[in-house]
Amino acid sequence: MKRIALILLPYSWLVALFLVPFLIVIKISLSDIALAIPPYTPNLDLSAGWQGFKDFISQLDFDNFVFLTTDDLYWKAYLSSLRIAVVSTLITLLVAYPIAYGMARAPEEWRPTLMMLVILPFWSSFLIRVYSWKAILANEGLLNQLLIAIGVIDEPLLILNTPTAVYIGIVYTYLPFMVLPLYSTLEKLDASLLEAAEDLGCTRFQAFWLVTFPLSRNGIIAGCFLVFIPVMGEFVIPALLGGSQTLMIGKVLWEEFFSNRDWPVASAVAVILLALLVIPIVLFQRNEEKQREAEG
Amino acid sequence: MADTTPMPHEGIFAPWDDPDAVPLIRFRNVTKRFGDFTAIDDLTLDIYEREFFALLGPSGCGKTTMMRMLAGFETPTEGVIEIGGRDMARVPPNQRPVNMMFQSYALFPHLSVYDNIAFGLKRSDMPKDQIADRVAEMLRLTRLEKFAKRKPHMISGGQRQRVALARSLAKAPKLLLLDEPLGALDKKLREETQFELMDIQEKTGTTFVIVTHDQEEAMTVATRVAVMDAGRIEQVDTPPAIYEGPKTVYVADFIGDVNLIEGTATKTGEHAYDVAYAAGRDPIKVSECMAEVADGSAVTFAIRPEKLLVTRERPEDRPNALEGTIIDIGYLGNLSTYHVELPGGQMVKATMTNASRISRRDFTWEDKVWVSFRASAGVVLTE
Amino acid sequence: MRRISWFNATSLTLGFAFLYMPMVILVVYSFNESKLVTVWAGFSTKWYGELFRNEAFLDAAWVTIRVAVVSSTLATILGTAAAYVLVRGGRFFGKTLFSGMIYAPLVMPDVILGLSLLLLFIAVGLDRGMLTIILAHTTFSMCYVAVVVSSRLVSFDRSLEEAALDLGCTPFDAFRSVTLPIIAPAVISGWLLGFTLSLDDLVIASFTSGPSSTTLPIKIFSAVRLGVSPEINALSSILIGLVTIGVISFSITTKRAAVRRRLEENAT
Repeated sequence: MKRIALILLPYSWLVALFLVPFLIVIKISLSDIALAIPPYTPNLDLSAGWQGFKDFISQLDFDNFVFLTTDDLYWKAYLSSLRIAVVSTLITLLVAYPIAYGMARAPEEWRPTLMMLVILPFWSSFLIRVYSWKAILANEGLLNQLLIAIGVIDEPLLILNTPTAVYIGIVYTYLPFMVLPLYSTLEKLDASLLEAAEDLGCTRFQAFWLVTFPLSRNGIIAGCFLVFIPVMGEFVIPALLGGSQTLMIGKVLWEEFFSNRDWPVASAVAVILLALLVIPIVLFQRNEEKQREAEG
Repeated sequence: MADTTPMPHEGIFAPWDDPDAVPLIRFRNVTKRFGDFTAIDDLTLDIYEREFFALLGPSGCGKTTMMRMLAGFETPTEGVIEIGGRDMARVPPNQRPVNMMFQSYALFPHLSVYDNIAFGLKRSDMPKDQIADRVAEMLRLTRLEKFAKRKPHMISGGQRQRVALARSLAKAPKLLLLDEPLGALDKKLREETQFELMDIQEKTGTTFVIVTHDQEEAMTVATRVAVMDAGRIEQVDTPPAIYEGPKTVYVADFIGDVNLIEGTATKTGEHAYDVAYAAGRDPIKVSECMAEVADGSAVTFAIRPEKLLVTRERPEDRPNALEGTIIDIGYLGNLSTYHVELPGGQMVKATMTNASRISRRDFTWEDKVWVSFRASAGVVLTE
Repeated sequence: MRRISWFNATSLTLGFAFLYMPMVILVVYSFNESKLVTVWAGFSTKWYGELFRNEAFLDAAWVTIRVAVVSSTLATILGTAAAYVLVRGGRFFGKTLFSGMIYAPLVMPDVILGLSLLLLFIAVGLDRGMLTIILAHTTFSMCYVAVVVSSRLVSFDRSLEEAALDLGCTPFDAFRSVTLPIIAPAVISGWLLGFTLSLDDLVIASFTSGPSSTTLPIKIFSAVRLGVSPEINALSSILIGLVTIGVISFSITTKRAAVRRRLEENAT
């Protein structure tokens, strides 16, 4: 009896507050816009019984999805999100790898401290960390001041409110997500494997490329998914650093909802975003499971 | 038959006795320090081509450091290491004519057995088709043909050990270093593999340097054994010479079982001494003693348990016979070990073959017995 | 032990400079006299004073803290139960769906979670306010708690629980007197994680909050959207300071506890 209660408590909570809302999103994405609040029809009228359910089904249609394909704002936003997510994931990987590598090769007594230094920003506010770049990247900001002072440039560079600023913001805020999985695979790497590679005629660089890099593959995959998936739906970074030039689907969804108040279209945008993310999410889970099996 | 140190004969492989032989490896006054810790202390050593040389000692004695200096993973703090007449100081590991078999095997987990063996060859300038032939040859030599496509985690421990051996031999190095190569195998497999290693060493003609803490292993496989302690070499000799003629108490004690009896030496003739070990007892008579000992100096008499004979009556033909009481008997099947207490409390251990079945055993606890041995059976040690 | 190479030293230095420089600059400029955040005009703490006189910020902070405490506490209870069910619950109908619902919110974009919860609250006619934010935050925090606690439970030796049962505990007693003390560090980190996630959340709170219940991130977001302000710098510095102190003291206490445990184990 107690066991059933223990299962039911979290189970029903998640069904009520995760699964049901999600089904509502799908339903609304198939509904028509109406100007009333709530701004959509139809409603499932339970008192009408089976007939009511049939009416409900017959009124659903894919108009909102068709609409998304007709307005090129949407597919441009999806494409641009995808491009930004892919490029920034790769940049994050390039930045994170040397850090994780340095951490894994650092003297053992330093490593917990270094770990903590990577995790610490993760605990402090995401919003604040994104915001901190505004003062740096602005036209009259500190980066431009510095570059002008040392004579690299004469005119301030336009960085804030461009995609470049978005890339910087993404790499900055998601760096710990990439460093940690990389570090944990690199740290486990047996040092004698590298010595064996050198012993068999590799230079240091070849040993890295032929042994370290392939053996850190799981960390690379995990880190890339951990960055790519949330960046696809990112809202705060493009909203604060991207200006009007940067198109990302999270921002479109937000504006569709809060500015245009077109809930069915917003829901359709969400459904497609999720459909796009299902593949990487499933791949990520599979990679994690494979890793767990390999270790177990 | 007299128990003497076997002397080298004509035609037997013993370049270390040939003053004209040029060593393959020379350590000259090599010292290695890690911070305050001295791992290797002013060590000089020659190793010859085609030798199977064993570095034997307890953990922390510096044997692994010596091997890592040969491979190039450590550089000596002082002194010179030469391989084939060339100073190795500035040669990185990947350019040395040396390969190493790691204690952990260090097989690349992401590569197949075939690719592991081919790894070093692909770094060399060997043409592709020859690489395939060479790998096939190594697979044949180590009887791994069936496992070429497997990954390291899909084969047994013994097979992994052979892959590691094949990989390190593939480039036909002048010198192969083996770091505790059999440490991870169980006893039976280890014994089989020892003979396999000797066989492969003979077939390929490679110089092997093996690091081990297992004295039986060192004695079985090696042409010469260096016994190390605390960064120094205590003695370098062939296995029989080390066993029968240890030069220090440490070596005598480290290799095999030994009885150590302290006493005072008196010269009685050419290579002959008397060792007085207890007041009121006959001294032990020692002949064929190679060491020069000053009269009246404190020495340790060392004798192996199997050189002792335990009998009920005092034997007539043996110059040394000590009376004592059996305290303990250890039955090992083929052998029995008798712990005999001499008057004055000194314990000696004697090992005798169980030529007849146990029901006919002669002695039991508390029996008064005589422990006897020849004058040439033991050695006198001054250190 | 090989010393750290110059390459590794450089990449670590540059990497950590990149991670910390923006925050250091932010804190430094919170003590700037000038209203312009990018021009240094002398040291001053006046923005901190302004901040503490700003009623709107203080109200929002109070709402945020209440939401965070309540939601992370609820999430810890639900998440620990979920982890226990997941690891020790055996088979039951819909277990795959259950574990899917635990893991999905971790990777799902905030905008989708926020949108779906808002649509639910409207559908059931629940007025948006603190209650709805708490419900929303509890839902995603419990998933994080469940993951943290279940990874501890997986590595936990089951025979300890069985020993307790063997010695006469009821399953509940065994959980309370054996399991809970051992998984306590994971439960506490779960709570802390839920608490900071709730403090930090902008997107979901924006969807689920009503006009009467603005949280601090919403307030900060609407302020910084317009531009940089020294008052926000001051507020951010306080938050960064609090988090740093919290994380460091938590890790020191857990480290001390670990050292003490090791010493005790060695002593026996």
